Parts: sequence; C-alpha cells; structure tokens
Amino acid sequence: MYVAVKGGEAAIRNAHRLLADRRRGDRSLPSLTLAQIAEQLSLACDRVMAEGSVYDRELAALAIKQARGDLIEAIFLLRAYRTTLPRFGYSVPIDTAAMHVERRVSATYKDLPGGQMLGPTFDYTHRLLDPSLGRDGDVEEPEIREGDDAKVMRVSDTLAQEGLIEDDGDVPGEEIGDITRTPMEFPMERDTRLQALARGDEGFLLALGYSTQRGYARTHPFVGEIRIGEVEVKLDVPELGFAVTLGRIQVTECQMVTQFAGSAKAPPQFTRGYGLVFGQSERKAMAMSLCDRALRASELGEDIVAPAQDQEFVISHSDNVQATGFVEHLKLPHYVDFLAELDLVRRMRGEHAARRDLQESMPEAAE
Amino acid sequence: MMESSETKTGNARQERLSALASASGADLLDLWARLGIDPACEMVRGPETGLVALRGRMGGGGAPFNFGEATVTRATVRLENGAVGHAIALGRDRRKAKLIAILDALAQEPEMEVKIETEIVAPLKAAMAARDEKRRAETAATKVDFFTMVRGED
Repeated sequence: MYVAVKGGEAAIRNAHRLLADRRRGDRSLPSLTLAQIAEQLSLACDRVMAEGSVYDRELAALAIKQARGDLIEAIFLLRAYRTTLPRFGYSVPIDTAAMHVERRVSATYKDLPGGQMLGPTFDYTHRLLDPSLGRDGDVEEPEIREGDDAKVMRVSDTLAQEGLIEDDGDVPGEEIGDITRTPMEFPMERDTRLQALARGDEGFLLALGYSTQRGYARTHPFVGEIRIGEVEVKLDVPELGFAVTLGRIQVTECQMVTQFAGSAKAPPQFTRGYGLVFGQSERKAMAMSLCDRALRASELGEDIVAPAQDQEFVISHSDNVQATGFVEHLKLPHYVDFLAELDLVRRMRGEHAARRDLQESMPEAAE
Repeated sequence: MMESSETKTGNARQERLSALASASGADLLDLWARLGIDPACEMVRGPETGLVALRGRMGGGGAPFNFGEATVTRATVRLENGAVGHAIALGRDRRKAKLIAILDALAQEPEMEVKIETEIVAPLKAAMAARDEKRRAETAATKVDFFTMVRGED
C-alpha cells in the first residue's frame, strides 16, 4: 500500500516569500539593476554564462540577482532556461586567430609577434583591499597608445614551424559530438570531452589541474598563450544561402604547451592542451587546458595513474548542476527511506545481539 | 557574368545583414527613426528566440567541437510589394530582429538599398570601427616593452 503524504504548501509559499524579502534586503538601499550587475560584476556573469552554457549577459545578470549571488544556483537557473528554447542550428566554428584581442600573454616567448599585452588583468596587483572602492570616486579613463597594430600571431604556429609541437588536434569520424543531444558514453572522444569541460565547474577543474602540477599525472605545462577578446559568430542560414554574422562574443582561449618524452605512439615533442571558455575566464580556461591534456593520456600512450587522467571520473563529476542536484537532494524528505533503514538497522542489531549471546554461551557448551 | 553579379548582390546582402546584426538594438532603432519611414509588413516567421550551438576548434585550428550555446532571435517579414526579408542576430531583442528583416526586404529595391547603406549601415560600421579602434589602442597601452638592465662592471 502506498499512502501519499501531503503538506507544507503554506510553509513553502511563505518560505519563498521570505526568500524574496531577504533577496531584496534593506529597502532603504537602491535595488541592483541588471545593467549594474552585467557591467560591474562582469566576471561573475562570465562564469554563469560559461557554466550555464548559454551566452547571454543580461540573462546571466538576472540569474545572479535572482540567486542572491549564489553562482551555482544562477548557473542552474540559466541551464533550466535553455531547455525552454528551440535550437536553430550550429555555428560555423569561431576563428580565434581573427580575435579582437583585449589581452594576450605568453609564458614561453618573450618577443612574439604582437607582443605581450596585459589587458585588464589582476596579475601584478598587490591583492591589497582598496578602501577607496567603498566610496563612489571617479575612475580614470584608460591610457591609449596609437599606431601599433602588429598582427597577433599564434604561439603554436611559431613552434609548429620547427616541427617541435603537435598539430591543433583532430578526432576520427565526421560527426561532431554533442552532449546536449546524445547521452555521454565512455570512452569519450576529445570533442565531447572539450564540450563537457567548457561547461564544467571551475573549482573542480582547477583542483584537478592543480593535482597534475603537484605530480598526479605530471605534464610539465607552460602557458603557450592566453588570449581574451571578441570573435564573430557566423551561422549558415539556409533561406539566405550564405553564412551571416550574428554578432560577437567574448571568449578566453588558453593554449597549454606540455613537455612529452615520447611513447610507442608518438615521438618526443611538445603536446598541447586546449581551453576555450565564454567571457574573461582565464583561470577556467587554464584549468580546462590542463585537464584536456591530462585526459589525452590513452591517445598519447601514457599510463593512467591519476584521477585527472580518468575520463569517466573527470567528466562524470565536472558538471556542477548535476553535482549540486545530487548532493542537495539529500536534504529533501527521505522519511520513508529512512524509516526502512531504521527498521533494517534495528533488525540487524537484534541479530547481532543474538549471535553474541550465542557465542558467549558456546564455550560453556563446548566444555 | 550573371554568376558574378549574383555573388556581388549576395556579398552586399551578407555584409549588410552582418553589420546590422552586430549593431546594438538602440543604435539601430535610432538610425531607423531618422529614416522616417514606416512600411506595412506581414510577419512570416517570428520574431522568435532560440539557441545556436557555438563551435570552436581544438587547438584553435583543429577539429571542431561544441563549446556552448548563445541566445539568438530571428524574424522573416514580407512587405506589401512581396519582398521577403530575413534576420538573425545574437541576443533576445525581438524588435531589432524585426527591424533588420524589414531593412533586408526594403534593400532589395536598388534605390532603398543605397539609402539604407548610407544612412544606416555605414554609420553603424563606422561606430563599430571606432569602438574597435579605441579598445585596440587601450590594449596596446598595456603592451610590455622589455628592456635589459646591465648589472656589474663587465
């Protein structure tokens, strides 16, 4: 027999009303506008777009506001929204070589064509809290430098000229995998792994990337290049018969170059890990590229000895919407489950006690 | 000959649609209002919002992979003269998509094409180029100029 238990409707309704109140906070303070969030908490929006896997800055700002700044909750909201929309098609692959570069650095070559352009970076700041931001002071306009438009060449092309570095990377087969359409299966090709990593949790990938640096599948990585900037998105439109530009998006690309001593499958050379993430998301792009390289272990004939090389472990646990769903569901009512467990433990304890009593009486019986 | 003229028209249309899609809805509406026309049109499709899966290439130039999606809005209109116009642009701005579709349909008439090019597309392209140039110059100011310091006596 199954007896449905209902209840808590009023409690839930009032809890959500209380949530709305606490979200708004002190009414004597102005409410945040979406434009303020998009402009002044732009890196939070970037993270929500990347892991929510939908590029739409205004929606990301809305999700952050609605989630009271809880970014994983905001990511969840964006993922839920995307399921309500139809898919119009697949874009032409973006061309990051044609990027309008806002930042480009290389840790491998000092004097590369196009130079080291720091852009709006936290690097080299002293990480001292700045009390002046607590007030509404004027901010200087950025410095400008005219007449310098050297082409920003890819670092990988520089090394490729000597044959010291592997190619950009190919996968067997014509079909391009899509984890939003086909359930994940292992082993997984690199294209689908990259798709999963691109939406994967920054903290999880960061920790795994860090683990490879600390010796769990060491790859001896260098940042060949990080570039951040806008790229055009193009789509083939059947009714027009040609591709049109739909607008621009900002992305971060990381080319991680890693030492490789060679194996039965490949000669000694520099191998590469790749990271591509929405917005200005440098830490995530770097972590993604480290994980991408570690996950290529079997392709390169390396022994799988560490968690970061285990695709099933990494990819199955990288999605924070899935992870939070499963962890957080534990707090929902499990009254009946627990009642059954309680009954089971009582019975086992009874049996345990009975066995002990029997064992205690056994020596006497043996005598 | 025929083929090359078609390609030319295709390119002009392609470039125009790309420039219009890349513009902000507010800028576009502003320039449109200055044009001072309001043609009757029928919505054939949309405006409707959906997603486009975005593709990158592994290593920057290798095999393609999907790395996320973006919101897009598209529209198709038919004018009273029968001309059909299409639009598709990133984001969720329905008014912008409709307006681009109307412009696309209007531009099929040579006289209007010139007007749209000079009064809407050219200013939008110029604004975009100015913004890009400003950002490029701001980034260039953060370029590192290396110099060597000679230490010691030798």
